[in-house]
Amino acid sequence: MIELNAQNFEQEVKNETSMPVLVDFWSEKCEKCMALMPEVEELEKKYEGKVKFGKIDAQKDRRFCWSLKVMSLPTFQLYKNGEKVEEITQDVTIDKIEEMINKNL
Amino acid sequence: MPDLYDCLIIGAGPAGLSAGIYAGRARLNTLVFEKKQIGGQASLTWGLENYPGSVEDPTGPKITARMREQAEAFGAIMKHEEVKSVDLSGKIKKVITNKGTYEGKTVILAPGASHIRLGIPGEEEFTGKGVSYCATCDADFFTDLDVIVIGGGDSGLQEGLYLTKYCNSVTIVEMLPELRASKILQERAANNPKVKIITHTAVEKIEGQDLVEKVILKNMETGERTEMPVQGVFVFAGMKPDTDLFKGLVDMDQKGYIKVDEYMRTNVPGVFAAGDCRIKWLRQVVTAAADGAQAAVAAEQYISENFAE
Repeated sequence: MIELNAQNFEQEVKNETSMPVLVDFWSEKCEKCMALMPEVEELEKKYEGKVKFGKIDAQKDRRFCWSLKVMSLPTFQLYKNGEKVEEITQDVTIDKIEEMINKNL
Repeated sequence: MPDLYDCLIIGAGPAGLSAGIYAGRARLNTLVFEKKQIGGQASLTWGLENYPGSVEDPTGPKITARMREQAEAFGAIMKHEEVKSVDLSGKIKKVITNKGTYEGKTVILAPGASHIRLGIPGEEEFTGKGVSYCATCDADFFTDLDVIVIGGGDSGLQEGLYLTKYCNSVTIVEMLPELRASKILQERAANNPKVKIITHTAVEKIEGQDLVEKVILKNMETGERTEMPVQGVFVFAGMKPDTDLFKGLVDMDQKGYIKVDEYMRTNVPGVFAAGDCRIKWLRQVVTAAADGAQAAVAAEQYISENFAE
C-alpha cells in the first residue's frame, strides 16, 4: 500500500485516472484499523492492476484528514477519476470494503 | 485441522478469550472467531483500572493482547472471520463464517455488546464526521477542539477523561438527574478543569455543514432548549447485545440478552453463553472473564458426558 500524505495525495489519488483508488485512514492507536490491515493487504493482492491501494496515517496528518472530512477511524474512501465516490466509516468489515470496490470497478 | 472441534467460541473479547484459555488448558480443540479486533470493547478502552492485577499501565489494548497471547499459548486458535450463521440444533453444531464451515461438539456464544445509536437527528448523518463511538480511535482528530460526551455512566466518564488529554473541553451530558458512574470517576471528573458536567439534559439534535458544528440540548426538567457549539459528539449511552444471529435459536429476554444458568448453559444442550451478551447485572471485564471460565469448564464436562470415546 502506498503511504499517502498531503504532499503526494494530489498526484497519487486525484490525478489517477487509470484505476480506482482505495484510501485507508488508520492509526496505530486504532485497534479496529490494525485488525483490518492484514486483510486489506490481502485485498490489495487480489485486485492488483485493478485498484490502487493507499493509506494515510491519521496521527501524522490530522489536519489533512480534516480537509478530506475524515474525523473517525477506521474510514475507507474510494476515488474514481480523482473524485471521491464512496466512503465507509466506523462499522467497517472487510466484506463491506470489498463490496464497495466491486460496486465501483 | 480436525473435522470436528471440541469447542467453537464466537467472540474474542474478555469472555471469549478467557473461555479460550480454560478450553485450551482442558486440551479441547478450540477455535475463537472474531470479526472485529481481538479484545472486544475492552481493547478500545484506555483505562482498565478495575481489573484485578492490572496495576501498572493498565490499558485495554495491552491487557486484552495478553489475554490473547495466553489463550494461544494454551492452544486456542484465533480466526479473524465473520460468523454469518450457526446451526445449533443437532448434537454436532455448525458455525458458518465468511471463509468456511466449522463443526464442533460445543459452542460458546461470547459476541458481546455494543454502544447503541441514539437515533437522534444528525447522528447518522455525522457519523465519522464528528460523531464517534470510539474515543481511543478518534481522540487525535479532536485535538484542541470542544467535544460533548453523551452518557454519564462509567463508559461516558472513563472515555470523557481520556478525551481531556486531547480536547480543549469535554462536556459530559447525562439525561438522568445524577451521574451513574462509579464514585472514583466522578471525583476525577469533578477535579478535571477541562470537564464540565450537565445532568438532567438530553442531546436532541446534532447539526453542522459537512462536519459537526453544534448540538441542541434540552433540559429534561424545564424543557428549555439551548445551543452548544462543539466539533465532536461521543456517544456512550446504553448498550445492546450483539445477539441478532442467535435470535430464535437460544432463549433470550426482550432486549436480546441470552438466558443461561449458573453453568452458563443456554436452553440448547452443548451451547453456552458468556460475557456482556447474557442476562446479568454487572457487565465488566472481570465478570466477562469469569463467565468465560465457567462456560469452558462446563463445555468440557458436557463433552465428557456426551461424547464418550
